Amino acid sequence: MPRPAAVDLEAAYQASGVGPVLEQLDRELVGLAPVKGRIREIAALLLVDKLRMDLGLRAQPPTLHMSFTGNPGTGKTTVAARMADILHKLGYIRSNHLVSVTRDDLVGQYIGHTAPKTKEILKKAMGGVLFIDEAYYLYRPENERDYGQEAIEILLQVMESRRDDLVVILAGYADRMDRFFGSNPGFRSRIAHHIDFPDYSAGELMAIGERMLAAQSYRFSPAAREAFARYIVARMQQPHFANARSVRNALDRARLRQAVRLFEGRARDLTAEDLMTIDASEILASRVLGAPAA
Amino acid sequence: MRLTQGTFSFLPDLTDAQIGAQVAYCLRNGWAVNLEFADDPHPRNTYWEMWGQPMFDLKDPAAVMYELAACRKVHGGRAYIRLSAFDATAGWESLRLSFITDRPAEEPGFGLERQEAGGRNIRYTARSYAANKPVGERY
Ligand SMILES: Nc1ncnc2c1ncn2[C@@H]1O[C@H](COP(=O)(O)OP(=O)(O)O)[C@@H](O)[C@H]1O
Ligand SMILES: [Mg+2]
Repeated sequence: MPRPAAVDLEAAYQASGVGPVLEQLDRELVGLAPVKGRIREIAALLLVDKLRMDLGLRAQPPTLHMSFTGNPGTGKTTVAARMADILHKLGYIRSNHLVSVTRDDLVGQYIGHTAPKTKEILKKAMGGVLFIDEAYYLYRPENERDYGQEAIEILLQVMESRRDDLVVILAGYADRMDRFFGSNPGFRSRIAHHIDFPDYSAGELMAIGERMLAAQSYRFSPAAREAFARYIVARMQQPHFANARSVRNALDRARLRQAVRLFEGRARDLTAEDLMTIDASEILASRVLGAPAA
Repeated sequence: MRLTQGTFSFLPDLTDAQIGAQVAYCLRNGWAVNLEFADDPHPRNTYWEMWGQPMFDLKDPAAVMYELAACRKVHGGRAYIRLSAFDATAGWESLRLSFITDRPAEEPGFGLERQEAGGRNIRYTARSYAANKPVGERY
């Protein structure tokens, strides 16, 4: 088959269907401007690479393994799932599935347990994306007999020799990932894209919370919105703050309190409005805002 | 003598691309795929050694090709390797597809022995030449 003399980038972009995925990412995820920017760059690079390959300009497929660094609840897992979609649309992986694991899924308890466990996970992820959360737990330098090393070796080998079959995304806290890469240069050299996930601002967390509620057909009363804004600022100062995840957990508890309130006032009829609305009392009952433990 | 067991055995050996396409078909149907090997080709030797566990919940044939490559590294050219696919939708695992992916470099075939029994009866025994040698030296 003769090679085309020219390629149509716009047509290739339209045909890939990646545009709507990027727009959806923009629309559905609050904030994350640097992450979205990097993903656009990667998508552009991959699209252009595909066209270059079509023109015979380059034979080697690009390395796609990535690392996502950031604090808990900053959207790493969520974005990884979107990444699988993007890579699938661009034709770099064959299915858009994400297998999300941590150390315990890969590393065994006794001699001979680790290799089959790691390989089993790798096989399940093949064709798609393997997401390894808190990847640094694989490496325990304080224990020289640690089976994590065995998992690391198999991973490195597959990341290199099976680049067409699977994309690996490593995730975790930035400083720990840095140290992990420092002591495992094999990973560093196999990872093409490092993306850093910033913490959310209070305003962004508020917007995330409202979106989470809307997605479940709930909404704040005006007083509740004001209380939740105060809640976020207070929660950010406390230990174990986990960005959007803390928001999700707080809203889950608020829904529970709302249900209890409605249940206790069940003598009167409820409107859809009643069933949808989170009141200030549901937020103010939180210990974060100084309410006594229930 | 070419061993003819399982599907496709009267065709030329499948290429890796063709094996991958068969696996893709199995996975699309939700079947679990399994690799086995044997160095005793007798047709009644139905229980071959398993290469690892049966593979469930795979999304892509590359996973099976990865194991097949590992199995070949150990047994390639010195044993038969077959791929089987099992369907559990009925509540039990039933075999849907089974074919030989790899065979030894040389297949010496079978000798037919006739035992003369009482009343001019003949009892037949098929004996594979390879299985006359000890395990590990057969191919
Ligand atoms: N930018 C965002 N916009 C909307 N929801 C978000 C955003 N970031 C995270 N979330 C939500 O917060 C929760 C935690 O996110 P997750 O991706 O698991 O974070 P991480 O993997 O970094 O710990 C998920 O329920 C996710 O949907
Ligand atoms: Mg996560």
